[in-house]
Amino acid sequence: MRADSTCYTDSGSVRMESLKLATHVQRQQYVGKTLFAHFDSHSQSSNKLFLATDKNIFASFNSRTGDLLWRHVDKVGPEGTIDILVLHGQDALMVVGGGRLLRSWDTNMGGLNWEAVLDTGSFQAACFVAIQDTVKHVAVLKKAAISLHYLTNGHQKWVENLPDSDTVQYQAVYSGGEVEVYVLGVVPNSHLTIIAYSLEDGEIIKQRSVEAPWLSSVESSCVVIGQGVLMCVDPATLALYTLPIQAEEAPQFNQILLQSLDLEVSLGFQPVLVSSQPHPARSPISEFFLQLGPDHHVLLQLNADGYTIAALRDFQPAFLVSFATTGEKTVAVVMTPKNETACDINLFSADSGRRLLDTTVIFPLDLNGGKPFKLYVHAFLKKDDSVDYRVLVQTQDHALTFIQQPGRVVWTREEALADVVTMEMVDLPLTGTQAELEGEFGKKADGLFPMVLKRLSSQVILLQAWLAHLWKLFYEARKPHGQVKNEVTIETLSRDEFNLQKMMVMVTASGKLFGIDSKSGSILWKHYLENVQPNAVFKLIVQRTTAHFPHPPQCTLLIKDKDTGLASLHVFNPIFGRKSHIAPPALPRPILQSLLLPVIDQDYAKVLLLVDDQYKVTAFPSTKNVLQQLQEMASSIFFYLIRSDQGNLSGFRLRKDLSTERIWEVVLPTEVQKIVAVNGKRPNEHVHSQGRVMGDRSVLYKYLNPNLLAVVTESTDAHPERAFVGVFLVDGVTGRIIHEAVQRKARGPVHFVHSENWVVYEYWNTKSRRNEFSVLELFEGTELYNSTVFSSLDRPHLPQVLQQTYIFPSPITTMEATLTEKGITSRHLLVGLPSGAILSLPKMFLDPRRPEVVTEHSREENLIPYAPEMPIRTEWFINYNQTVARVKGIYTAPSGLESTCLVVAYGLDIYQTRVYPSKQFDVLKDDYDYVLISSVLFALFFATMISKRLAQVKLLNRAWR
Amino acid sequence: MASVPRLCLLLSIIPTILILCADFACCNTGRKTGDGLDTDFSGFSVPLEHSFEVDDVSRFRMRGALQLRGGRETSVSLSQSQLSEEDRNTLKEVAAVDGLYKIRVPRVSLTDRQTERQMDGYLTAFVRACSLVESHLSDVITLHTDVSGYLIGVSIVTIPGACRGTEVEDEVDLEAFNTTLTIIPPTNAPQPETALFIERMDIEHEKRGKPQEQKSFFAKYWMYIVPLVLFLMMSGAQDQSGGGAANGGGR
Repeated sequence: MRADSTCYTDSGSVRMESLKLATHVQRQQYVGKTLFAHFDSHSQSSNKLFLATDKNIFASFNSRTGDLLWRHVDKVGPEGTIDILVLHGQDALMVVGGGRLLRSWDTNMGGLNWEAVLDTGSFQAACFVAIQDTVKHVAVLKKAAISLHYLTNGHQKWVENLPDSDTVQYQAVYSGGEVEVYVLGVVPNSHLTIIAYSLEDGEIIKQRSVEAPWLSSVESSCVVIGQGVLMCVDPATLALYTLPIQAEEAPQFNQILLQSLDLEVSLGFQPVLVSSQPHPARSPISEFFLQLGPDHHVLLQLNADGYTIAALRDFQPAFLVSFATTGEKTVAVVMTPKNETACDINLFSADSGRRLLDTTVIFPLDLNGGKPFKLYVHAFLKKDDSVDYRVLVQTQDHALTFIQQPGRVVWTREEALADVVTMEMVDLPLTGTQAELEGEFGKKADGLFPMVLKRLSSQVILLQAWLAHLWKLFYEARKPHGQVKNEVTIETLSRDEFNLQKMMVMVTASGKLFGIDSKSGSILWKHYLENVQPNAVFKLIVQRTTAHFPHPPQCTLLIKDKDTGLASLHVFNPIFGRKSHIAPPALPRPILQSLLLPVIDQDYAKVLLLVDDQYKVTAFPSTKNVLQQLQEMASSIFFYLIRSDQGNLSGFRLRKDLSTERIWEVVLPTEVQKIVAVNGKRPNEHVHSQGRVMGDRSVLYKYLNPNLLAVVTESTDAHPERAFVGVFLVDGVTGRIIHEAVQRKARGPVHFVHSENWVVYEYWNTKSRRNEFSVLELFEGTELYNSTVFSSLDRPHLPQVLQQTYIFPSPITTMEATLTEKGITSRHLLVGLPSGAILSLPKMFLDPRRPEVVTEHSREENLIPYAPEMPIRTEWFINYNQTVARVKGIYTAPSGLESTCLVVAYGLDIYQTRVYPSKQFDVLKDDYDYVLISSVLFALFFATMISKRLAQVKLLNRAWR
Repeated sequence: MASVPRLCLLLSIIPTILILCADFACCNTGRKTGDGLDTDFSGFSVPLEHSFEVDDVSRFRMRGALQLRGGRETSVSLSQSQLSEEDRNTLKEVAAVDGLYKIRVPRVSLTDRQTERQMDGYLTAFVRACSLVESHLSDVITLHTDVSGYLIGVSIVTIPGACRGTEVEDEVDLEAFNTTLTIIPPTNAPQPETALFIERMDIEHEKRGKPQEQKSFFAKYWMYIVPLVLFLMMSGAQDQSGGGAANGGGR
């Protein structure tokens, strides 16, 4: 322990580093797909926006800037699901976890007012209940019970079981400001049940059932409008049905045929009703929207008699409609398509259907984004009592756009980034001039004279660029310093000196791709892939890097449907996000495996092989050149397939006709253990040193098998005494099991990293109830079998395997190893903790050669003595106080500097930084004293000159003597 | 079923991960090893098949029989016949076109005899035919089992493993296999060694506890303090006299 304390607890240097880090660290926070959104209508000047999302997050935004004010991240999964969010005054009420909890939040500060545990039963509906114009209660309807809670403290006023809840499906609760609460239930295709509860004690005042053989669901086809009139639509009979809820004298629904209103439903479309209840203490407005087709809406009004309906206005085409209320005025908001690139949003008076003048807002349609999906309108009164409004538009790609008149986009939030699935970092292109020089060498030579001309022309271009640069410097020097903006745009992108700035290509679960500049964090391009299934699996492959000017870099995204296995390819340029003109191959059969070969075609693109379920291989690109190369190399192209449901690992070899043959097979019986993860090594990893120098000056050579796979299994037996985690090291070419270790009394989730000659895995020890880290290292021994080249086919001896295990005092969520350009820098493990911290754990601490007893040799080797517990030092947290919520993955990429590794952590948030596992050994410090060093150099130089001269004179004098 | 705990016992005896539990037997020619009584007791035999074809389409033929004895001490032996004239020629031809020599064994359980019949499928491995020819049929076959004694994988390597293109002149060298056979069960991964560490810490504490005799601060550093005090006293005395003189002059 003594040795490491001198190395690592240098708090002074840590502080220095944190100051330096602050310049290129950035974190972006997201919330996910919006389910409920409300504007703070409590005060006129308020600019707060409240969102509840599918990621179980309740958040507040500043609606002027789009900045996150606060955010509450609840549990993942159904336990934290937000069922409903309703807003009243300063209270935001939320039902969480399928009707488990009722919560009230203070909207000003985001603090929790109270939380009430609800009785079991699945949540159906909730609404505010008011008496005499003041909202005092909230009613929560469950499958078999209704309960009333006080708004001030959440205490339950009463709870009542619903009658016949096993046959009647209760789906809606309605209160219009009277002393009764109405519960609506339906027996599908039979009748509707209406129960009126007394607000005071929960007693059933009235109960009646109405024949409704056409009705299957209240939730989807009915709304309450006007003075408590239930309005339903039936797609089968093409009619509207009305029924006064309170009135006893109306024993049945009143039918109004759509035909009598001159309305027609689009073929196969389920009509939708939209109504609005501006204030819970008052009854809903008597106007409502009826959607008749995908882009056809009608504004209708229920006449005062409560039976007849008048059509106010027909909107076709209209994508989206909504109601908004401010003060006493309620307006209808309609979004209509304008042209290819924009939509119009207009306000209409709700009671007359008249268009309000000067209320048009233009919503720009992003061609690389999704279609509009939902409108959230914030209406407010201007000084002259006219209505003004701002609109929050949610698009299919989860993006939120906030616009105000006449069409100014105030802000946009790309909430798709809350669910990044995979990412890659791509080098930026060289500047135009550098690229020009590169291009000169890239092209084929035509002869001596054209070559000279080409050289001259490129030098002229260089001179021109230099002069332009000088002019720019001169021009900007006259401006005040603050005004010189260094905004990154797609045009000014260029690689920096040390390749520290890169393009982060991110793939999100919604199917939207992003290109993000790693330095500023700004989104430079985005592309929304429509028709991506929600359960699709993505694999991002860099086929051609930026290094092959003039060929553009090329990325390929493999999108695979998890159920059918059918896949499609999206080929694009990672710098500009544009879809490539190269046509991807048609893939009619399910794809089992994809592999990137080191073979390149004549355009320097790496070849992607796709293996289908009949073990046939498709190559992409599949030019003649590629096919020829594949035929030549076929006998040395091996690949493996893993069927975790059958516990089957098998290896294949490519044949000359691009069919395959099975050459090995390993079967792990599924009744004993199941394969949970398989991981090879990263192909761009470099290992600088072939071995480790030991204390006695001999060398222990590493077993560096590039084809090695780490297969992790978990036992099917979950009993704590018999559960185990298996780690298999399998050669991916020969199928040889290099090592097979069993961690007894252990279970997952297992996180592991496989790199160089080691595997680090983390598991849960069921006996000791703690998390443990284990490290496996493979060595060939003190002699190399074949030092020039590694071949899996020619390594008859099994490596020596060393293993050690440590206790880790925290659970982890993800793990990755740092990666540098040449692999000289020592390695660190980046561990994402559930607390949101990212720990940079030196690999030195995970070394199976850590000695139990310190000897002369182990001290010579700088081995830390073994300690069973792995420390967590707070100065190892690379993100300091900037926690990353729900870290899902960590991506590491090398930079041009050997000491520096670029790190991106993604989950709910995105966090980007750099780490220096061996400190910045190849960078001069900021406070490096150039003056002193150069003056000393000069002084020494002159001193040498003078003393030389003096010595000469002296010699001369002596010679004369 | 009774033999499962016994296997666990066997595995827990294995002291470190470096020592592989390996009971192997070397077998030449068709000579049967082990007497009949032993095989009748708990052993059983499974076929070891091989395939080598010029067109690389697998056609497995019998190479020999593996005699497996499960239970307390898992052991294996192999009885195999010589390669026929025809086979030798085929093998040489396959080696010339860089074909593969594949072997397979059926999936069986070494401990649980009941399930042996139920499992279907084979475990397959391969080696380049040329390396088999150049090593004069010296191969090492390893059988891997999982914790409950199922065979999960087989591997074959030749020693030496390289193909250098040397011609094998002597037909006799290709007649009989020189096989080394091993069964490797999984190794137990180590647990964190807390007990040893605590023991070591205790010993260190004891060691440190005795000789450290606490001296007082003055006792340790008197040689520095005394001259310092003396020096201060001397200089203080001089100062006083000097100051007094100056004051006197001022008046």
